[in-house]
Amino acid sequence: MSKVNPPLRAAKPGEPADAGRRSFFSWMSLAWVSFTASMLAAGTATARFMFPNVLFEPPLTFRAGRPEELQVGIVDERFKDSNQVWLVREGGGIYALSTTCTHLGCTPNWLSAEQKFKCPCHGSGFYITGINFEGPAPRPLERFAISLADDGQLVIDKGRKFQQEKGQWELPGAYLEF
Amino acid sequence: METIKDIINTLTAPEILITLATILLFVSAKYRHVFYTNTVALVLFPAMFVFMAISMFDEDFYLIVTKPDNVPIVGMLFLIPFFTWFSMREAVRNDRRTDSGTPLIEKEETADKVLTWPDLVYTELIAIVLLTVLLVGWSILIPAPLEESANPAATPNPSKAPWYFLGLQEMLVYFDPWLAGVVFPGLIIVGLMAIPYIDTNPKGNGYYTFKERSWEIMTFLFGFLILWVLLVILGTFLRGPNWNFFGPYEYWDTHKLEALVNVDLSDYFWVRLLGMGRPDNILIRESVGFLVVLGYFLIPPMVLARTIFKRFYENLGPARYHIMVFLLLCMASLPIKMVLRWLFNLKYIIGIPEFFFNI
Ligand code: FES
Repeated sequence: MSKVNPPLRAAKPGEPADAGRRSFFSWMSLAWVSFTASMLAAGTATARFMFPNVLFEPPLTFRAGRPEELQVGIVDERFKDSNQVWLVREGGGIYALSTTCTHLGCTPNWLSAEQKFKCPCHGSGFYITGINFEGPAPRPLERFAISLADDGQLVIDKGRKFQQEKGQWELPGAYLEF
Repeated sequence: METIKDIINTLTAPEILITLATILLFVSAKYRHVFYTNTVALVLFPAMFVFMAISMFDEDFYLIVTKPDNVPIVGMLFLIPFFTWFSMREAVRNDRRTDSGTPLIEKEETADKVLTWPDLVYTELIAIVLLTVLLVGWSILIPAPLEESANPAATPNPSKAPWYFLGLQEMLVYFDPWLAGVVFPGLIIVGLMAIPYIDTNPKGNGYYTFKERSWEIMTFLFGFLILWVLLVILGTFLRGPNWNFFGPYEYWDTHKLEALVNVDLSDYFWVRLLGMGRPDNILIRESVGFLVVLGYFLIPPMVLARTIFKRFYENLGPARYHIMVFLLLCMASLPIKMVLRWLFNLKYIIGIPEFFFNI
């Protein structure tokens, strides 16, 4: 720089040209570099904080026993705690319902006497099919992909979900003929 | 006794309670010379105490009132009516003084200006210290209720927000989450902040009055007392398992059945009125709803500007006037939707669950 732009003031005798400015710039760049570095480190640490050290997330795909174990018209709650899934066998088939309320995500309770899922948070109600019929929930409970493994066990894949309002309950996988 | 309890249980149903409270608010303002007097207070507040005390003998009432979570709201039951009564009484007195030409109460107490330092700051300091003592004593005497560790698979029944948010939770029963949880709280905060810029009328600054600001005071009291405080009280004491409504003397039965089947406006229009199926195209299906919502926000501002709000329009100018009416319409939409729900089981005016757009 100093070679291109002549110094603004004449150098005093004995002083190397531009010494004050040069040392000032190097101090400034050092300050900026360390500031940026510390900010980056803080940012990274914050971002890292968002990812927990241990994740207790059950695998998305799980085996849910043999279909014969399910009784017609009974909601099976065995997998509610561990996998957030209800298994329902009705008439000619089996489906896997998500236990997440479509309103704001609370977990409804199955009330067998009233034959409905009822959410404790704002009172949404769902039929055994998952269709919402009362309260503020805007859409039916979601269903997960269900299939039969070679060994005759049910396989639930929570990675694929089916939403009734999009007409997906008709698709293969939303319902297992049995 | 049982009949009285039954009557109270019926009267506290949300639709009746909110309607009655609104009527009480407006009637008491109309007859404020009678209502906001010492005599009434000397009857009313002891009566409330006696009522609470007798009610404590009822097991179900006792259970909800003494729940540690609910203690602040029990205090609120007395404090808010008291301060409303107090300021209204002062306002009535001042209005009478203005009519007869005598100086206002505030003028009589101190003729000259009060200084921030030391007068105000000292008062505040004392208040802070006393309040801290109260809070410390309270937290020692009534320990915070801790529950078992969180489990995503088991939502407590009923599941309640912190008490100061129960008004919002009650709104969620009537509106979709994006409205009741995001838009309305935002509008409440922004709207309250906007008041000093919209309302620049100097009347009522530094002294109590009702007559000079009756419209503004009633709008505020309706919004605050009915749409916020009353909903908090309702959510605290009267919402039980499955977010069903329970009277104050009613047992919290998890299996209480309440018909809450709701119908969308599109159902009313296409199916019940025209007797055909709902059209497949979403935009056609919801066209009625869109028209209603657009009309609601476009027509009243214009009509009001020519009629009862004519003076506002002239004083505030178009920009401030339209902001004010917009905020007012948003506020009014809550009671309107409530009434529609109670009378017609109306769920959504516009209902597009496919895209999370429900109004
Ligand atoms: S979260 Fe289920 S009703 Fe609101």
